[in-house]
Amino acid sequence: MDDNRIATHPILTWDRGTPVRVTYDGRQITAYPRETVAMALYAAGVKQYSTSSRFYRPRGMFCAIGKCSSCMMRVDGIPNTRTCVLQVQDGMDVETQHGDGKFPDVQAAMKGVKEKNAEVLVVGGGPAGLEASLWAAKAGADVILLDQNPQLGGQLVKQTHKFFGSAKENAGTRGITIAKKLIEEVVATPSITVYSGFTAFGWFQGAVCAADQDHAVLFQPRKVIVATGAAEKMLMFRNNDMPGVFGAGAAQTLMNVYGIKPGNKVLMVGAGNVGLIVSYQLMQAGIEVVGVVEGAPRVGGYLVHASKIARNGVRIMTRHTVLEAVGSDHVEAAIVAEVDEKWQPIPGTEQRVECDTICLSAGLKPSTELLEQAKLDLAYTGELGGWVAKRNWAMRTSNPDIFAAGDASGVEEASTAMMEGKIAGLQAAYDLGHTDVPVEEQKETRYNLDDLRAGPFGAKICIGLKCVEVLE
Amino acid sequence: MTREDEKTIACRCEDISVQEIKDAIHEGYADLQSLKRYVKFGLGPCQGKTCILLAAQILAREMGQTLDQIMTPTTRPPVDPVPIGFFVKGKEADDEK
Repeated sequence: MDDNRIATHPILTWDRGTPVRVTYDGRQITAYPRETVAMALYAAGVKQYSTSSRFYRPRGMFCAIGKCSSCMMRVDGIPNTRTCVLQVQDGMDVETQHGDGKFPDVQAAMKGVKEKNAEVLVVGGGPAGLEASLWAAKAGADVILLDQNPQLGGQLVKQTHKFFGSAKENAGTRGITIAKKLIEEVVATPSITVYSGFTAFGWFQGAVCAADQDHAVLFQPRKVIVATGAAEKMLMFRNNDMPGVFGAGAAQTLMNVYGIKPGNKVLMVGAGNVGLIVSYQLMQAGIEVVGVVEGAPRVGGYLVHASKIARNGVRIMTRHTVLEAVGSDHVEAAIVAEVDEKWQPIPGTEQRVECDTICLSAGLKPSTELLEQAKLDLAYTGELGGWVAKRNWAMRTSNPDIFAAGDASGVEEASTAMMEGKIAGLQAAYDLGHTDVPVEEQKETRYNLDDLRAGPFGAKICIGLKCVEVLE
Repeated sequence: MTREDEKTIACRCEDISVQEIKDAIHEGYADLQSLKRYVKFGLGPCQGKTCILLAAQILAREMGQTLDQIMTPTTRPPVDPVPIGFFVKGKEADDEK
């Protein structure tokens, strides 16, 4: 059987541990304890996880971080299980889900919902949520931190590149190193309780309900910081749901977190920073990037990233778009075409590009579901990725007890997410009368955040912020 | 009318094509909320995390509007799939996690 695990990498090593036994459609596959079900299957060469509910189209993974529904399978008799965020266990039985899925098998005794009070509840353990938790705790608050993934760190855990930004704010440090440090600090803080693998699925009159596969807890918080991140944007082209078409972030998760090859020949769609950085990271992992397709007339990301991949012979096709994914049950090629000034494909310019993977890096959309349920004021702001909550300088939304930080409050980058998290975390603690951290610390972070946004790439963000920032 | 968008999927959970959304807009479902209820995108296990924005983009294009003129449809729990047993059993005493 295939094994798509990467053996050697210039930056990363993976401590996989001893294999566990997982059954997939009746046969044994090799899986390692830290892997999620979707990752282990992908490593074993399985690309199709289900057939869709109406048209019985093949489906595989898309986002790999628990946002979409593309990787749902039947696990230990339970249908509609998100396999990308469920860690493997010895003896697990995984089945392809066909159509709507079969009725669940008889379950062990059903559990109810526990209730828990919380001073500060932080939803999401990425860069913003980690900083928010840390600083709220440092100021003296008791914090509960929820995260739906098996491990904390959000998307920081896959950023192998070095960050820009000022010296004080981690410039020149790799994202993975920052993540490790933050996670260690959070875990070592006694006043932070972490619920890993818990997805916050609903807002019920000031309470947030969260659950993993076996437990549900209704949190009654005094302050909530929503740091739920963002979801990869989808593009509209024929067969865009075919296994092998997935988000650039999913490719990063596969190779940088789990050490699994996303494919052998990858076509990248989108030449923003994410598209360029992930293309380079694919090459670092020994994978061929057959081209980068970009609809705009020029590259959107930093030129330093673009020249890095161009130097290695990768074709960057500006003013091009993807028209179709070609294949039967997984991608075998892509049809790309030139576009005119109005982004319309020019007939006759179609060409077939051989590839087994199409990575989309078309931007991110803030995950605002909880904020929407809390009935906050939201506004569509293209510069920030979609609908975002209106808020003040302290990241306080139109409900004084709810804060938003990081990509959930507008898509930007990890450095700014961390600062927003810190500002919100401190403010939530101050609101509750905890003042162990002087207010000057928060003030300085605000200045640093403004500084970071003052650069040329912050201009767009600042336009977006004008639409949603409520001045006092 | 070209049916080329039939194989372009907007909502993965409910298997809704871009063509079906376009057709419904031309039938008169001209706001995101009624469009969602009629076509049934965004009502599956992921609750629209991918498709709502796509539907908004299609609606804006077909209606000649900009995205900031389009209201988000109502979001309801659960936004992620969770075992229904939790709701059936309701609250229970708190011993430990």
